[in-house]
Amino acid sequence: MFEVFAFGSSGWGDEMLMGALMTVLVSASSLLLGILIGIIFAACKLSNIFILKIIANTYTTIIRGIPELLVIYLLFFGGSGAVMYIAKIFGYDGYIELNAFTIGTIAVGAISGAYSTEVIRGAVNSVHKGQFEAGKTLGLNGYGFYGRVIFPQVARIALPGIGNVWQITLKDTALISVTGLVEIMRQSRIAAGSTHEPFIFYTAAIILYLVITRLSNILFDKAENTYSKGFVSKGAL
Amino acid sequence: MRFELMYESFFKIIEGIPLTLQVVSISTVLGLALAIIVALMRISGRKSMSIPAYYFVYLIRGTPLLLQLYFVYYGLGQFSFIREGILWPILKEPYWCGIITLTISTGAYSSEIIRGGILSVSKNFIEASGALGLNKIKTFLLITLPITVRQALPAYGNELILMVKASSLISIITLMEITGIARTIISKTYAPVEIFLVAGSIYLIINFIIVLAVWLAERKLGTVKAN
Repeated sequence: MFEVFAFGSSGWGDEMLMGALMTVLVSASSLLLGILIGIIFAACKLSNIFILKIIANTYTTIIRGIPELLVIYLLFFGGSGAVMYIAKIFGYDGYIELNAFTIGTIAVGAISGAYSTEVIRGAVNSVHKGQFEAGKTLGLNGYGFYGRVIFPQVARIALPGIGNVWQITLKDTALISVTGLVEIMRQSRIAAGSTHEPFIFYTAAIILYLVITRLSNILFDKAENTYSKGFVSKGAL
Repeated sequence: MRFELMYESFFKIIEGIPLTLQVVSISTVLGLALAIIVALMRISGRKSMSIPAYYFVYLIRGTPLLLQLYFVYYGLGQFSFIREGILWPILKEPYWCGIITLTISTGAYSSEIIRGGILSVSKNFIEASGALGLNKIKTFLLITLPITVRQALPAYGNELILMVKASSLISIITLMEITGIARTIISKTYAPVEIFLVAGSIYLIINFIIVLAVWLAERKLGTVKAN
């Protein structure tokens, strides 16, 4: 039964592990893109400019109310067209095709960005008002204010939330297998089709996802402990 | 923008709404029953009950829904004892595989919501009910359950929206609900933006109605002043 997982050309062991690596890579880059989007849109939501608030609220409402699969179809079928359209404005007329990894990252990043927006907005809101006032009173601005005073506190509060977003993002990457990116899902489909052993390969995929989830839980717990030094731990409360 | 195409595809896509709603409502009802069982197992205090329930929730929450769907639809059919078993007429249908998978998934997620709701019922209420001479079953039905429903409602509303979104995955196993029809039109007309707007709006309207219904139910049930 286990010979199908042999490494090398006789089995699917190495292919499945490469698929797992691809899942981790595309999840990580989507999470980073999502955090970037989250910072921008959280700033929009917290700003006093009406139009920015509307844009940010529309974005989060759409992403949270529409199936992820539809968003992925939009970018899969429309992504290259949009890029070519923008390139045309800048005078480039050629054909541009985005690869599955880029489209996957943009699609899942856009989805994860909506969740990150809420997490970051919540974290900024829970930083004590006195911290903002004290920073201003000390005459800090730019990097000194945001980089040294606000960001470390926001990062600490946002970390558990970002951990949840990571779990969601990790599972959402399974959907981009429909666009042809060879990650765990796609690889197990290919292997299942070629060996006629779908049960074994989907079980292997379940195990791979659980291992990744477990390992990332441990990492996020560690990071939380590191960044919570000097604070009363949740367990003690 | 090709508005004419949007107009035409709107009438094609709304044909998928009944299937989406059907699958969502059947799996929600079955999933709720499963969730109550799992939640009661987890808080039963008996290890033989709580440990399997814990691992069930862990397994479902740790894996993508698409994988669970493939596992049920393609994975189980590998074995001849399943193909020859009495459940095969159900398991060979993508429709039932979709419902089974969504039921299991929402069962796991909702069990956590229900567990949280039950645990949030203040001990004072339980003690007061004991002092009034109500037995355990009556306490559960008359005190714990109504408060749990009220406490769990906002989170359960979110779960309902997630279910509507999750139901789009059954289009991958050939079922022609909203997303399935939208995908077919996209690959025929190559107008992803237009079709996305049409299908997306339909989902937003469905979810908006759910949000509204939950909000009304919350108002009707009032707030629980615990402690």
